[in-house]
Amino acid sequence: MSGKPKLYYFDGRGKMESIRWLLAAAGVEFEEEFLETREQYEKLLQGGSLLFQQVPMVEIDGMKMVQTRAILSYIAAKYNLYGKDLKERALIDTYVGGTEDLMGFILMFPFLSAEDKEKQRALIVQKATSRYFPVYEKVLKDRGQDFLVGNNFSWADVHLLEAILAVEEKKSDVLSGFPQLQAFKARISSIPTIKKFLEPGSQRKPVPDDKYVETVRRVLRMYYDVKAN
Amino acid sequence: MSGKPRLTYLNGRGRMESIRWLLAAAGVEFEEVYLETKEQYDKLIKDGFLLFQQVPLVEIDGMKMVQTRAIMSYIAGKYNLYGKDLKERALIDMYVEGITDLMQMILTFPFSPPDAKEKNLESIKERATNRYFPVFEKVLKQHGQDFLVGNKFSWADVQLIEAILAVEEKVPAVLSGFPQLQVFKTKMSNMPTIKKFLQPGSPRKPPPDAHYVETVLKVFKK
Repeated sequence: MSGKPKLYYFDGRGKMESIRWLLAAAGVEFEEEFLETREQYEKLLQGGSLLFQQVPMVEIDGMKMVQTRAILSYIAAKYNLYGKDLKERALIDTYVGGTEDLMGFILMFPFLSAEDKEKQRALIVQKATSRYFPVYEKVLKDRGQDFLVGNNFSWADVHLLEAILAVEEKKSDVLSGFPQLQAFKARISSIPTIKKFLEPGSQRKPVPDDKYVETVRRVLRMYYDVKAN
Repeated sequence: MSGKPRLTYLNGRGRMESIRWLLAAAGVEFEEVYLETKEQYDKLIKDGFLLFQQVPLVEIDGMKMVQTRAIMSYIAGKYNLYGKDLKERALIDMYVEGITDLMQMILTFPFSPPDAKEKNLESIKERATNRYFPVFEKVLKQHGQDFLVGNKFSWADVQLIEAILAVEEKVPAVLSGFPQLQVFKTKMSNMPTIKKFLQPGSPRKPPPDAHYVETVLKVFKK
């Protein structure tokens, strides 16, 4: 037992990627077990490791945690990335809620048909540029500080950077109307733990491809068509 | 200004209902503003009230809070319904998130096309009886206590009683295989603040009907 958190998921981004980002940002080393076969998943189920029969699952501090949000909140609090009081926590939760909604549009993207992908790409860019990015641009502009909440690096900053990079993968110049976010991106990317995570060889996962989609469908027996939003 | 939290939403359950439950369970009185027209909604956006152009909106402690989970975490934290430490909070969060996944199926049900309703109802029944209720039945059986976490009333208990009643409205005999949950349902329903919320005349909203669906579609029409 190494004492390090252990992540159980597919070898790909999905819902686990935000957890990888947060642990990495906090400077926490972690191990991973990748689900490749149906048998592995059934073994986890039969062993009672998956409370609601789902992954992500993270073994941490003697708990088998499930539910992405619960896991992220625990990590944020444990590593002091959750603000200094209830009101800062409320702000962080609100901002993370927004970036989570935005990333939700991207999460299902690999599972869409080619035609739906084009529609979804346009939707992602539209939501990012008209609903979400303007909010964070304004927060940063109004406050004139390096971070979104208080004046400390928090979960909200990690999650926003993750969202920015994910949307940029769909449209590389999406930040062109957002100077504050451009500066934010440069600033947060150069924080040592994040810089390390962004380098090749880290545990950051690549953009999901067909092999990833195939693995998820096979392991979860998820063969139905995923519809665009 | 009354100092009470003020809720802005449609006059119906939707995503605001869990917030109403939690405030009521905590014994907190609140006011409500109901969205009935697209114009009202557009005005809220124009006036900068809705951070991500969405409701629920809860004005509380000088903040205009949006994002359902953020609002509920704040209320739970403020009114001591979030456990005594980080590990209890983790358990509460896990349980609440699981129940929320089940509630999501009920939330979207009124909006599903007529030919999908039967299938969706079947899915709700299947998930409740095979995935979610067994977990909480087991938790209660194993520790033998009245409440889900830490032998103390918490957000998780409120969310579970709300979910049980919501599923029962669709699947009346759903608790028949769950004796612990039946006892839990009775105990929670008799807690003074919850009992009050379950009485007629409380802010609790009725199950969504065609008029509610119509209003949602009208107010949020693009």
